Amino acid sequence: MNLVAHLPVIVIMMPLIGASIAFVAGPRRAPLVTVATAVLTIAPVAWLGARVLAEGPTRYEIGGWGGPLGIVLVADGLSAAFLGLVAIVGLGVTLYATGYYRVATGSRPGPGHGLYWTLWLFMWSSLNALLLTGDVFNVYVCLELVGLSAVALVTLAEGAEPLRAAMRYLFASILGAMTYLLGVALLYAATGVLDMRMLADSLGPSVAAETGLALMVAALLLKTALVPMHFWLPTAHAAAPSPVSAALSALVVKGSFFVTLRLFLDVMPAGYLGGADVLIGVLGAVAIVWGSIQALLQERIKLLVAYSTVAQVGYLFLLFPLARHGGEVLSAALLGVLVHALAHAFAKSSMFLAAGVTLKRFGHDRIADLPGTARRAPVIAATFALAGVTMMGLPPSGGFGAKWLIASAALASGEWWWAAVVLVGGLLASAYMFRLLAVFMAAPGGRPLPVGGVRTLRTEWVPLALAAASFLLVLAVPLVTRLAEASAVVAQAGGVVP
Amino acid sequence: MTVWLPVLLPVLVGVTTFLLGETRERLRVLVNLAGAVLSSGVVIALVVRAYDGAVAGSSVEMLPGLALSLEADLLGLLFSAVATVLWAVTLVYAFGYMAHAENRARFFGFFALCIASANGVALSADLLGLFVFYELLTLATYPLVVHSGTDEALVAGRRYLYYALSGGAALLLGVVWLYAIAGTVPFTPGGALGAVAGRTGELRAIFALLAGGFGVKAALVGLHRWLPGAMVAPAPVSALLHAVAVVKAGAFGMVRLVNEVYGPELATSLGVAQPLAAIAAITILFGSIVALRQDDIKRRLAYSTIAQLSYITLGVALCSPLAAVGAVAHLAHHAVMKITMFFSAGSLAETHHIKRLSALDGVGHLMPATMASFAAASFGLAGIPPFAGFFSKWPLGAGAAESGQVWATLLFVTSGALAVGYLAPFLVRAVRPAAAAREPGAESDPRMLWPIVIVGALSLVLGLLAGVPGSPLDWAARAVAPSYAGWSPW
Repeated sequence: MNLVAHLPVIVIMMPLIGASIAFVAGPRRAPLVTVATAVLTIAPVAWLGARVLAEGPTRYEIGGWGGPLGIVLVADGLSAAFLGLVAIVGLGVTLYATGYYRVATGSRPGPGHGLYWTLWLFMWSSLNALLLTGDVFNVYVCLELVGLSAVALVTLAEGAEPLRAAMRYLFASILGAMTYLLGVALLYAATGVLDMRMLADSLGPSVAAETGLALMVAALLLKTALVPMHFWLPTAHAAAPSPVSAALSALVVKGSFFVTLRLFLDVMPAGYLGGADVLIGVLGAVAIVWGSIQALLQERIKLLVAYSTVAQVGYLFLLFPLARHGGEVLSAALLGVLVHALAHAFAKSSMFLAAGVTLKRFGHDRIADLPGTARRAPVIAATFALAGVTMMGLPPSGGFGAKWLIASAALASGEWWWAAVVLVGGLLASAYMFRLLAVFMAAPGGRPLPVGGVRTLRTEWVPLALAAASFLLVLAVPLVTRLAEASAVVAQAGGVVP
Repeated sequence: MTVWLPVLLPVLVGVTTFLLGETRERLRVLVNLAGAVLSSGVVIALVVRAYDGAVAGSSVEMLPGLALSLEADLLGLLFSAVATVLWAVTLVYAFGYMAHAENRARFFGFFALCIASANGVALSADLLGLFVFYELLTLATYPLVVHSGTDEALVAGRRYLYYALSGGAALLLGVVWLYAIAGTVPFTPGGALGAVAGRTGELRAIFALLAGGFGVKAALVGLHRWLPGAMVAPAPVSALLHAVAVVKAGAFGMVRLVNEVYGPELATSLGVAQPLAAIAAITILFGSIVALRQDDIKRRLAYSTIAQLSYITLGVALCSPLAAVGAVAHLAHHAVMKITMFFSAGSLAETHHIKRLSALDGVGHLMPATMASFAAASFGLAGIPPFAGFFSKWPLGAGAAESGQVWATLLFVTSGALAVGYLAPFLVRAVRPAAAAREPGAESDPRMLWPIVIVGALSLVLGLLAGVPGSPLDWAARAVAPSYAGWSPW
């Protein structure tokens, strides 16, 4: 058996097998199983990435059955980049969770502890499948699997508020999935195929097909929480246990964005759904401003970080109006958005994890009551500072590389207003991040901070490492560039660098 | 690779300082001093090589097609040498000043990171690198401004960020725009935009964005309001960062922008140099006049800094070679003189709790060495020969007259008179008999006193040796000459 050929399946199966073992192993041994799975998953993902770099995009037909009937997996540079992201952040989150759940419950495993590991690995497996799937129906299946496991993970937090948030999340998730499925049905009726590559060839001017695709895109925007469809995100991401918040904000929203990217760039011919791309770009710009202002008004760290996700997701959608121009503009914008997705994932996961440490150590995450944190918990403060630099888009962070690329794409296309949005977004991000950092730097005054919980190295240093990765991500841009060049769409557009 | 060391060594010092933590005082002192001395040595070695005409350069790829490039040319090295050598001096002072302060690890760590960023600004070979380090400088300075954590400090820090980050955004837009129309723009004496000189409208807008971005740290009038407030920071920060590294990064950016991005000829023909000169001239008058009315010592010095920084901006904006030499020399001269004054102000506040000019009566009898150094720096700042300041103001005024812009010469003379006006009260009050009985013979801690005496003496020595090869004046002439084809200082 040639192992290399089956890499895409291995990437999906590895976390799934881990999830099953973790379920059987019981709460005491589940953390170890999960860590082992996370470490083991890195290898096939890296291998797959190297293969894509060497040989270009590959298709894999499960059981030898090709489209239109069989299940097809597609691995190109884009999916390899996202798979790698999920693997690295996933390992960080897993390591952190082993410390977090010990801190949370002392010696005796408490509520949520046992199920977390299985659900988390299951979600990981579904995400990997979502990133690799090559037909639009299987996207629906994966979206449902990711969505349901995510909702279950949110409910692992104790109390009524997480339950309320999870119900809202479930509602949004199912609404999105059903809308998507309706769209797929219309599309199938019009074209008779579900495979993405075949769709790309057979899409013609057809009201049914256009309506179907419009519904699918709308559903994906809801799942990615693009303003004004973000209503479910802040409460769900803030109420979830911190390792879950990190995975949701950093990885899950990127999954549905990835599919949107595929539909727009690989499936739809240029000019399809006329005007939708500009509308989405405008919504992205509104998201940047609106989400940032909301983040500025929040009283709690986790809500601030969650609204920051609403804002940062907006940058991703600036790609679509720029993509119309094709050529170099498209390549630069796509690379910029890819770098932004990676940088945001590292920074956002580190901030949610650090917020979890804050909750454990000080018993709350009310910003106003945390003066002196830079003194009491310098590692937490440093984490927020480094991750904040990425949010603001200042050098040498990944956020800077992303904003530079998006802004230069905008200026090269002549549509300078997108560049202005990027700059304003950076300033607003500085405002909300420095509001937090200023409190950390303030003198504690007469109010001593309560110090609670057991400290473990993992819960403090894992977030710092992720934040440092986002801070120095510009160094990884050459690798990301090569991955972007190995993706289907850029190959058509003629490479990233002329 | 050597050219990276002035950036990487201070980064290493900073990170080590953070990791050592609050308690390991001796090791911290050792690491910082060793790092500063070593960095100074590297910079001096680079200077010696650059004097021989060998320019070291190195770059790493950052974004596709875009590299982060450093180059050790004479102009950059002048700023780098000033920042690095004065860092070593300031460290000694700071160890005395901060002896009983809190959060020293954080303080010295970020201090080193500031120097690393300043050296990056100095040695960057193009606008992209300069922008990157310019922003890092903002970030590394913020924790120092809010060091005390008081409400006053937090407010000052917030204002600093408003100005600095908005300026950074303008700078980013300008740089991206320029790169979009002209590609990578390496600093080239005499200008690098010949190929796109026809796109006048865009070039004017980009110049405004870039000059606005640099103008924040160079404290041009209207963009200056963060600087007096930032004086809430500890004295070593005011001395090294708000008189040398941070504010000079803005002024230095102006020099690069006018001389080596646009070039004096293009800047004049586009009509962008003249408005910049006008704003700088207004800033000089504004800063000098407002300084006259300040009673708080550090605020008076801050407004003086605002005025003096615009000497540099005005000097390059006049687009006259001799004035540009004076401007670049002033970058070094003003640094030495103003750091002396802030050191002295810090000693007065720390040793005798004197923070106001009106409380200064008779202090010359208490701290003769400190006040003598202060006097040497004051004479220099007022432009009295043979102190250092004279040797930058003379070429500034002469260059303005030579290029037919006599109004600027008159302005430099007027501003010199105003400088006497805002500095003389310090000296007059210091030699008066004390109003109330004070403890006699109370100089500050030797760790603070000696740095003051050294930089105070430099204010005189740099003036006396102004004609010697290797002096800031000679150095500035060599650094500026290539920007003006057909002009030679000799």
